[in-house]
Amino acid sequence: MTAFILKRLAIAVPTILLLIVFSFLLMEAAPGSPFATERGVPPAVLANLEAKYGLDKPLLQRMGIYVWDVVAHFDFGPSFKFKDRTVNDLIAQGFPVTLTYGFWSFLVAVAVGGSLGVMAAVFHNSWLDYLAVGISIGAQVLPNFVMAPILVLIFTLWLGWLPGGGWRGGQIEYLILPVIALSTSYMASIARITRSSMLEVLNAGFIRTARAKGLPMHRVILRHALKPAMLPVISYLGPAFVGMITGSVLIDVFFSTGGIGQFFVNSALARDYSVIMGITILIGALTVLFNLLVDVIYAWIDPKIRY
Amino acid sequence: MALLDVENLAVTFRTADGTVNAVNGLSLSIEAGETLAIVGESGSGKSQTAFAVMGLLARNGLASGSVRLDGDELLGLSQSALNKLRAQQMAMIFQDPMTSLNPYLKVGDQMAEVLTLHKGMSKRDALKDCVAMLDAVRIPDAAGRLRMYPHEFSGGMRQRIMIAMALLCRPRLLIADEPTTALDVTVQAQIMELLAEVRQEFGTAMILITHDLGIVADTCERTVVMYGGRVMEQGATTDLFATPSHPYTLGLLRAVPRLDIDQDELATIPGDPPDMSRLPKGCPFTPRCAFRLDHCGDVQPELLAYRDVRRACHADPEVVK
Repeated sequence: MTAFILKRLAIAVPTILLLIVFSFLLMEAAPGSPFATERGVPPAVLANLEAKYGLDKPLLQRMGIYVWDVVAHFDFGPSFKFKDRTVNDLIAQGFPVTLTYGFWSFLVAVAVGGSLGVMAAVFHNSWLDYLAVGISIGAQVLPNFVMAPILVLIFTLWLGWLPGGGWRGGQIEYLILPVIALSTSYMASIARITRSSMLEVLNAGFIRTARAKGLPMHRVILRHALKPAMLPVISYLGPAFVGMITGSVLIDVFFSTGGIGQFFVNSALARDYSVIMGITILIGALTVLFNLLVDVIYAWIDPKIRY
Repeated sequence: MALLDVENLAVTFRTADGTVNAVNGLSLSIEAGETLAIVGESGSGKSQTAFAVMGLLARNGLASGSVRLDGDELLGLSQSALNKLRAQQMAMIFQDPMTSLNPYLKVGDQMAEVLTLHKGMSKRDALKDCVAMLDAVRIPDAAGRLRMYPHEFSGGMRQRIMIAMALLCRPRLLIADEPTTALDVTVQAQIMELLAEVRQEFGTAMILITHDLGIVADTCERTVVMYGGRVMEQGATTDLFATPSHPYTLGLLRAVPRLDIDQDELATIPGDPPDMSRLPKGCPFTPRCAFRLDHCGDVQPELLAYRDVRRACHADPEVVK
C-alpha cells in the first residue's frame, strides 16, 4: 500500500508539471495583456512594466523561471493586478474560505444525499422512494447559480432570517446559504448514485444469504450492503469535492464570500497570468490528491483490490 | 407431526406483464432427519417453493396456503419472527457459492455473526465454534482461513463455508437449492458426500432442490417431481425411479445420459418450459405430453395414490411406459 501511494505521488509530479506547462502556454496564446487599458499605455511605460514582471524575456526562459520558482520555492510570483500582493497572499486569504464552505457543502451533500439514496433503495417503489427521487430530481435541475438567488430571495428578502452575503470569518449564519446553494446539486447526484447502486447490491446473492441467516434488516443494510453500495459513490466524491471548490466561483461572486473563486474569475478577465496559473495549479494538485485518496479508500473497502 | 408441512402453497408474482404463478397448490411434507428431493427443470417453481418457506420471496412475490414448521404456521409471520427461526430452525444454502458470500467481509466475521446474533455468544467463542464447524466441512487450516475473504477460496471451498455457516446453529431443516450446479463434477461429488455426512452427524432434515437425477437417486429418500409450479408425481425415490408412472417423470429419466448403453442421441422432452404467466387451465405439461388426452388441457388432474407413489395425471398409468 505504501509503495502504491509513493508510486502514485511520483506520477503526480510529472502530471502537475505538465499541467503547469500547458496552462502557461494556453495563457500565452490567449489574446490580451494584464496592462491593456481603455486609453492604452505609452510604449515606454509598457516596456518598463514588462521588464518589471519579466515579460520581456523569451517564452521558454520565462516558463523555466516560473516552473523553477513554483517547484523550488513554492512561489507563484506577484499578482499583475494587485500591485503589492503575491499570488501566495491571495491564495492564503481566499483558500481557507473556499475550503471551509466547500468542506461543509461536501459533508451536507454526502450525509443528506447518502441517506436519501439508501432510504429510496430500501423502500423501493414506496412513497418514500418517490419522495427521495422527487427531491433529488428537483435538486438536480437547480444548479448553484439558480439556487443562490432563490435562497437569497426567500431567506434574506422575504423572511429576513439570514444575511444575503458576506463572510465575517465564517460565522454560521453567513455559512448556511452558500453551503445549501453549493451542495444541492451534488446532494442530488449522490442520492441518485447511492439509490441505484444500493438497489443493485440489495439484489445480490450475499444479501439473500444475510437475510437467510436471520439478520434483522437494519443489520443487513449497515453491515452487508452499505460498503459495496458506497463504492460508486466514493469514486464520484473525489471529483465532486474538487468540483465544489471550483464551482465556488459562482458562490463567491454571488455571496461575496471572498474565496479563491472570486480571484479566479477576476484574474481570468484581467489576464492576471500569475493568479490564474496559481489557482489552476492548486486545483490540479487537489484533483490529483483526491483521486489518489479515492483509490486508497477503494482498496480499504474492497479486499479484492490490492495494489 | 411432520417437521415441515407445506399445504396447498401458491406463490404469485406481480409483474408489469401481469401475474405470474410460480407455484400452484403444492403440498409436501418432510419428517425430522429425512431427505426430500424436489426435481424439475428450470422455472418449475422449485426454488420459489424454498424461498416461500424461508420467507425470502422477492418483494413482489406473495405466498398463500400453509407452511408449518413443527406445527407453527410460517406464512404471514413478521420478518422479525422469521428471523428467530432462520439459521436456528431452518437454514438454506444457495446455487452459486461465488455470489452467496459477502465479498467485503472476512469469512470469520460472516460466520461468527450468526452465533453472536442468535446465541448471544461473544465474538471469541463464536469464532471458536466456527473453526470447529469449518473442520467438520473439511476445510484445512480452519483458524487461518477465518481471516480470509471469500475471493481467496475456490467455488467448492466457498460452498463448504456456506454449508458450515448454515449448520452453525444446528438447524433441524436444511434447504439446499441446487448446491452443486455451479461447481465442476468432481467437486459436486465431494459436496454431496459432505452434505450427506454432516446431515447424518447433526440429524438435519434436508430438502434438496436439483435437476440432477443422479444426485437424487444417491442421496434422497423421497422425491417430488415438479412442473409448471405443480407436483407431477411424488413418492419414495426408488419407486419413482424404478417405475415412473407420470409422463413427465418418464421423460426426465429418459433424458439422463447413460454410459452403459450405446446412445446415438440424447433423449429430450420436446417443446419448451411453460410460460408461467399463461399456464393452461389443466395440466401444465399437456402441450409437451406424449400421452395427453382430450381433456388434459382443461381439467387439472388431482394428485392421487397409485401403487406406492402419488401422481397427478389423467393418463392410464399402465400406458405410460
